[in-house]
Amino acid sequence: MTQLALVIDLNVCVGCHACVTSCKEWNTSGWAGPLADQNPYDGSPTGTFFNRVQTFEVGKFPRTETVHFPKSCLHCEEPPCVPVCPTGASYKRPDNGIVLVDYDKCIGCKYCSWACPYGARELDELQQVMKKCTLCIDRITDAKLSDRDRKPSCVLACPASARLFGDVHDPDSEVSIAIRERGGYQLMPEWSTKPSNHYLPRRKTVMHIGQDELTRVDNPLRKEDLTTYTGEETLDDVAW
Amino acid sequence: MHPAFSVIFLTTLIGAGQGLFLAMVTGQLYAIARFLPAQTDQFYAIGSLVALVLLITGLLASFFHLGHPERAWRAAAKWRTSWLSREVIVLPIVMFLVFAYGAAHWLGLTMPLFRVGESLQVDATLLLGLFGTMASFALFVCTAMIYGGVRFIQEWHTPLTVTNFLFLGAASGFMLAAAYSAYISNPLVTFFGTWAVILTLTGLASRSAHLVRNAQLKYKSTVQTAIGVRHTVIAQKAQGATGGSFNTREFFHGQKQTTIETVRLLFMVLVFPIPILLIGAAYITSSPTLPILAFVIQYVGLMAERWSFFAEAKHPQNLYYQSVA
Repeated sequence: MTQLALVIDLNVCVGCHACVTSCKEWNTSGWAGPLADQNPYDGSPTGTFFNRVQTFEVGKFPRTETVHFPKSCLHCEEPPCVPVCPTGASYKRPDNGIVLVDYDKCIGCKYCSWACPYGARELDELQQVMKKCTLCIDRITDAKLSDRDRKPSCVLACPASARLFGDVHDPDSEVSIAIRERGGYQLMPEWSTKPSNHYLPRRKTVMHIGQDELTRVDNPLRKEDLTTYTGEETLDDVAW
Repeated sequence: MHPAFSVIFLTTLIGAGQGLFLAMVTGQLYAIARFLPAQTDQFYAIGSLVALVLLITGLLASFFHLGHPERAWRAAAKWRTSWLSREVIVLPIVMFLVFAYGAAHWLGLTMPLFRVGESLQVDATLLLGLFGTMASFALFVCTAMIYGGVRFIQEWHTPLTVTNFLFLGAASGFMLAAAYSAYISNPLVTFFGTWAVILTLTGLASRSAHLVRNAQLKYKSTVQTAIGVRHTVIAQKAQGATGGSFNTREFFHGQKQTTIETVRLLFMVLVFPIPILLIGAAYITSSPTLPILAFVIQYVGLMAERWSFFAEAKHPQNLYYQSVA
């Protein structure tokens, strides 16, 4: 069974919002209609987004750390938003595990958004249907695209390669290896929704420098000297 | 959560409608058992008509909650998993049975169909009343479980949500039955008033228990589990938008804490003590207007109660939307 998902490396995310704009550009231009905005060039702009980058400050000044945190639908393996949908507009694709909304069946009751602890679903104020990350389903299933391009927009846009995309059920995939070897974790595990998207934790880059490493062997400033021998065995004594 | 008036009207109106229907059937059962004088068929028919009007008004209010009301018929599809879908199915069933019960009384379809034991003559109105009662209880459960079934909103995820909807809805319905009886100078006002007081007191116990429970609630999710960083001090600096989003509009009430506390106090006064005192005063003075006033005040109080029910609910997604910049 395939479960497509994103793995987001918080250690390299710089919070540039390239994934946000790239996602918005791709998904507002597709067959499903625009992701509507209100007051886009005015005071208090607001609109529908599949993906948002949030910023958190961890710790107290001066020992603080900034964590940029991209948040989109986690495509849970046990999606709590799907069973509550009264019309069946929300569903999980059996072939690749992506949670999708059928915009033609959605009645805009917002019940699924109540049943998502992550706030991943947003009602489009113009179309009055619930929208959420599709992992660029129209892109990743498009056989006309090359393998390189057959990835979600956000993944292709990330300049830091903080976003990995692949099948988390395949133990040998890039994403599974990253989760396994780099401490990938899930959000809000207490609700047992089994999110498919994983996050890779921040890691401190620490250099250990010994005293001997501070003096280079070939340091030109080191005082050069002739070795004085006091009768010990030297290479000259080796019998070849 | 943001209290939506469509849902406040839906739940309070159909609650009162179901309660009024239950009151009519209870009155008929008592009359069959000869505990009460038998009423005219017109009494039950008009009572059912008022209940039906309340149910229809509630249904109309619910459409204002939908982005696409014209597709509402689709909502009956997923009754196996969704309480909302179940409500969408049970509500028309209740409406049909209330209509049929009223119509059977109006048309005088009271010839006994069969006999149970020595004395119980079963006619069409009694059968429809019993089916309608079962459907009404099912509707109370469905409506309440829409909220009680959302496990992420811990304030709602309790059986007390179901008992609140049941007792408060039934209380307002019996209160309305008392008001209706008082309006047409029917002596049943004491009977319905007594039941209304009993149900209001039961509702008071249930709602108070709910408030006490929620005051002691420990939230499962924290900002630490939300972003997966193990540190005691985490502050949000940006939420990805400065002008708000669906997440900030739907899941925050946007009111001051003092407003929340005022509304809570308001409904605790309007729903419970005042209607009980008015019904008591109406019993002593045989006033025809006090039961009507009692119902109106309790209904306004129930709207405040439902508003408070929404406003006090905290959704875990709010952890991601704590500060704009």
